[in-house]
Amino acid sequence: MVKHRSVGEFSFNLVNYLFLFLLGTVTLYPLLYVLFASVSNPTLFKIHDFVILLKPLGFQTDTYRLVFKNAMIVRGFLNTTFYMICGTCISMFVTFLGAYALSRRGYSLKRFFTFIIMFTMYFSGGLIPTYLWITQMGLIDTVWAILLPNALSTYNMIVMRTAFDAVPASLEESAKIDGANDFLILFRIMIPLSVPTIAVVGLYYAVGRWNEWFNAVIYLRTRTLYPLQLILREILITGSAESMAASAAAGSAEELTAVRELLKYAAIIVTTVPILFVYPFIQKYFVQGMMLGAVKE
Amino acid sequence: MPNQPVKFETPAPALCSVPGSDGRFRNYTRKLRHDLVKFRFIYIMLIPVLAYYILFSYIPIYGVQVAFKNFAPGLGVKDSPWVGFAHFETFFKGPYFTRTVGNTLIISLYSILFGFPAPILLALLLNEAGCSAFKRTIQTVSYLPHFISTVVICGIIREFTASNGLIGSLITFFGGTAKSLLIDPSMFRPIYIISDVWQGIGWGSIIYLASISGIDPTLYDAAVVDGAGRFRRMAHITIPGILPTIIILFILRLGGLMSVGWEKIILLYNENTYSTADVISSFVYRKGLLEQNYSYSAAVGLFNSVINFALVMTANAVSRKMSDISLW
Repeated sequence: MVKHRSVGEFSFNLVNYLFLFLLGTVTLYPLLYVLFASVSNPTLFKIHDFVILLKPLGFQTDTYRLVFKNAMIVRGFLNTTFYMICGTCISMFVTFLGAYALSRRGYSLKRFFTFIIMFTMYFSGGLIPTYLWITQMGLIDTVWAILLPNALSTYNMIVMRTAFDAVPASLEESAKIDGANDFLILFRIMIPLSVPTIAVVGLYYAVGRWNEWFNAVIYLRTRTLYPLQLILREILITGSAESMAASAAAGSAEELTAVRELLKYAAIIVTTVPILFVYPFIQKYFVQGMMLGAVKE
Repeated sequence: MPNQPVKFETPAPALCSVPGSDGRFRNYTRKLRHDLVKFRFIYIMLIPVLAYYILFSYIPIYGVQVAFKNFAPGLGVKDSPWVGFAHFETFFKGPYFTRTVGNTLIISLYSILFGFPAPILLALLLNEAGCSAFKRTIQTVSYLPHFISTVVICGIIREFTASNGLIGSLITFFGGTAKSLLIDPSMFRPIYIISDVWQGIGWGSIIYLASISGIDPTLYDAAVVDGAGRFRRMAHITIPGILPTIIILFILRLGGLMSVGWEKIILLYNENTYSTADVISSFVYRKGLLEQNYSYSAAVGLFNSVINFALVMTANAVSRKMSDISLW
């Protein structure tokens, strides 16, 4: 009996580890492929038949040089950084105010406000009415069309409210006795005591800002305002010639097509590296945040 | 001062000759004004928050009425002529209704069929892996795609499914004829679903792993003593243990049945694949913003919003009932 069980256990373990390893590989491989391709030699890449890459084909960094020489990509990088920093600040500020106010007890309009805020999570005007209204407000083709519309995430605000709820009431009361008003309580007591949650919410907002592109598509016309993802969309998806032409031209036509392909891969890496860079640090917080939100369900 | 509470609690008829009129009303506004002064900082704090919701949520809801009008940009929302349900009729009776609603449902259902069990499976397997360093590595790797932007994911898909891309070359290698997969309508849904699973399996497993960690470990010890093997333990302890979580999440997922987001669809579809790729939300985007058929697409969008609202409300109510039941 014991022998039988251990053989079963052993084979189960083997299959399990194998499967998980395979999953990890399949998850990682597309990104590795993109990375390898981006540093490969264009001509070698073009003529290589069996396209599974286990390592770069001839190492060179010229493709990256082209990417960084591309004015649109650099501009997009700067824009996205701006949108991310400003956007996250605005979002965090409004989220603090809302979460604090919603966590207070006793004021008569609390129920009403909580209801009208929560209602927006279930029903919205939709794409067209929102677009028409933002046009009417005159925000088209301004940075405000990017910074304002999705500034406040009700979900994030609720997570923050949960954190504020957890601060002992006695602290608030003794502060009130000492004559503190709500602003002081919020900024001097609540926020310092909720740093982990604030980190999570801040990161949620920041990563969202880095990756966002759709509002830019529908609201922006001036190319100098385009965020990085939008430039990337032009390069990768719509294949717009303008973004590509902004790079220095290569030699022959064949070389150009090969370089073009690798340029796409290099652009992907350049756009994703910032996220990948901070990923090991933020991953822990995001997982925590996920649990925070889930527990309240 | 001590008299004030008495004043609030005294029923109106005692104060005034007409019941339910001046006395009550005066009490309420006085109470409200008192409240506004006492909690003034809270109300001040709420001003930007409420301004945000009014500007970006409630005014658009007001603007939904363009679905019942023939909106002309020059006339504005208020002055555009009223047409009632005409746009809705056009949509329901038109050629696009079956296609968009059908695609939305089909993509949603496939997404649930493959995308819902996958994270559960991963969580179960991860749980069975003994070596914690290996487990944590696989977990970290599996969360990674979740943070990558939609544009990048779709860019990678485009490159790989091109006729000379990674997948195309694999097909040639195994003897098939290479072609660009994104032009083929029958390939759209598999590509969409598979990439969704790829992106979401790791992140989705988090909540199940959290749920598994809540299972009483003594149950496992007892099972080992009783001679239960790995499979038995998984089937009789782990799975029943997380079943409440699974059921609730499943119901909530069903609430999103008619809601397929347009971002990824728009980045991957093209004219050739509209028949299998065009969902309600991408249709609204195309008709409204690209073809500027504002009222018609607003009507379709409203139709979708109302159905989603009904589904989500139902799903939330059912899941609340369920969690009440399961919290025994």
